[in-house]
Amino acid sequence: MKKIILTTLLALGLSACNEPESRARAVYLLLDTSGTYTAEMDKAQKIINYLLATLDSGDSIAIARIDSGSFSEKDIIARVTFDDRPSTANQQKRSFKTKIDEFIVHTKKGSRHTDITGGMLQASEYLEETGAGEKYVLIFSDLEEDLQRGHIRDFPISLPDIHVVALNVTKLRSDNIDPRDYMKRLDLWESRVYQAGGTWGVINDLEHMDRLIAQR
Amino acid sequence: MFNEILTIWSDQPGISPAIWLALLVFAAYLARNPAHALIRSSGRAVYVACRLFAASLRNLESALQRRNKDVVLSLGQGACERAIEREFHRVNAVVTRDLGAYPALHRQISDTIDRIEEDYQAATDAPPLPPAWLQAVDAIASIPRSGDATVCTILDNIGKTLEGAHRETQKAYRKSTLGRHKLLGAMQPQWRKLGHSLTRVKETIDGLDQRSVEIDQQMKSYEAIRNGEDTITRTLSSSSLTQFFISSLVLVIAIFGGLINFQLIAMPMSEMVGGTSYIGPMRTSDIAALVIIMVEIAMGLFLMESLRITHLFPVIGSMDDDMRKRMLVITFSILAILATVEASLAYMRDLLALDREALTQSLSGSGVIAEAEFRWIPSLGQMIMGFILPFALAFVAIPLESFIHSMRTVLGMIALALIHALALAARMLGGSARQLSNILISLYDLLIMLPLGIERLVASSIGRKRNKQSGDETEQLYIEEQS
Repeated sequence: MKKIILTTLLALGLSACNEPESRARAVYLLLDTSGTYTAEMDKAQKIINYLLATLDSGDSIAIARIDSGSFSEKDIIARVTFDDRPSTANQQKRSFKTKIDEFIVHTKKGSRHTDITGGMLQASEYLEETGAGEKYVLIFSDLEEDLQRGHIRDFPISLPDIHVVALNVTKLRSDNIDPRDYMKRLDLWESRVYQAGGTWGVINDLEHMDRLIAQR
Repeated sequence: MFNEILTIWSDQPGISPAIWLALLVFAAYLARNPAHALIRSSGRAVYVACRLFAASLRNLESALQRRNKDVVLSLGQGACERAIEREFHRVNAVVTRDLGAYPALHRQISDTIDRIEEDYQAATDAPPLPPAWLQAVDAIASIPRSGDATVCTILDNIGKTLEGAHRETQKAYRKSTLGRHKLLGAMQPQWRKLGHSLTRVKETIDGLDQRSVEIDQQMKSYEAIRNGEDTITRTLSSSSLTQFFISSLVLVIAIFGGLINFQLIAMPMSEMVGGTSYIGPMRTSDIAALVIIMVEIAMGLFLMESLRITHLFPVIGSMDDDMRKRMLVITFSILAILATVEASLAYMRDLLALDREALTQSLSGSGVIAEAEFRWIPSLGQMIMGFILPFALAFVAIPLESFIHSMRTVLGMIALALIHALALAARMLGGSARQLSNILISLYDLLIMLPLGIERLVASSIGRKRNKQSGDETEQLYIEEQS
């Protein structure tokens, strides 16, 4: 009996020594600012508001734009990790919202190229640094990558345990002519994400944003 | 593989299984006696084991029954002793309060009676006697007047004197009667006072009578408990069950109260201890809120213990009065502080909810937040609830004590019922095993009925032959004897 008690206590002690698994969530939202997507910014704003309302103390959020060269900290518009205290977290959310509102008001002209892969690499880096238990990359884009000459992005990327969700993937004019292009584009990104060790999902109807991230 | 073995005797589908069956039946026929013995002994072994198991369970059941009876009687004895003690305390209080002043009351009654007696004596009606010479004067006054003026004058004077003396006497009598009436009038409050005093004494004596009847009843119960009578055991068991259900119900209500309390303070706790850290699967803030509620319940237990309402901790119960009072003050103070903390947390919860609501509205873009007119009412309500609930939870100690005490009896009853059912099942299993062995023996014989039938035929033919032989021999002997 004594042995059983000692073993149980030892096991409990050892389990207590392990680093606890983080329950925090981290979200990295990539906003496509190229071409016609600047007109979709009101939708992006809704998504960001939804995220701010859903995320809690301890969670992290970063909003970055996709432009000609997205693998850069300069493209991060705003980022924050919410404080432990709910009242402070609410204040942070308010100032975050103000920053985003300002960005959306001032975004009139889109970038010439679309570097989605660079943005995803930057997102992966940021999410790893947060040490969150649940990591999400949300891509608000048509997923049509248009790289600047000289930029190399055709290599396997790493997105371990990251849930990638494409939002509001609009159909291009060419997609209407041959819808297979749209399917191919989605399949291409899905396979890339799975190969990178992540999971893939698509939400086009923003009424179903409750499926976006795990609720608590 | 099985098919190959099955068709080892012949390729025709019917013949080979038939040969196997015949062989099997023959083998079973040969092994009939040992097989019967095996089945019978197996059934017997299970039967005996089950009976033994049932017997040991019965022993356990009787031991548990004795233990249950002891527990019930012990609880009943304790309750009875407390009730008798309480009745004696009440009698003591009555005696100290009312009969303690009895000597003074007695003196008061005696004095009153003495005064009444004196007044009565003083109020005795004694009519005044006329003066002794009055008869002589009366005789002279009644002498007939002979016409002599002198004699007439003398007699008139005598008559006047006589009337004057009567008037004086009547006046004195009236005066004394008035005095007596005054004395009798003064006696009335004395009588009333005496009446009140005697009523008080009567009430006290009646109260003592009532208490003595109750003490008699309690003493009868106590005696029955001491004698371990079955009737009182049943009564006490039934009472324990009632107590168990009532206290369970109150505890369930208290649990709900605790949950509401938890909801009030869990969210604002995250402002104090942070909302992101976890201990196991639970948030630290939730655990902190639970700890506060648990500490409140513990303080409530100590408070009730210090007030000697409950008797869960003998250490507290056996403390001297000074120490107990100190403990009472300390536990009550801690409880009051925790209640204040809860009230402030409840207010903070309201503020946080308001802030969150404002943020959600601004995020949803629904415009300016309307300032509610009576927003202070729920805030105040939450604060009052936060303050009251800890004190309400403190009273959990009373049903908890009842629950723990009655649970001993109820658990004993449940265990008794389980053991009884188990013993019954074991007995049924043993009986079934024995019956099953008999059925299996019959089935075995049914399987080998063909060789058994042949055996029976052979045996009967041999028997007939033997009978015939013995009959012939007897006949021959008879013939020989006759000849």
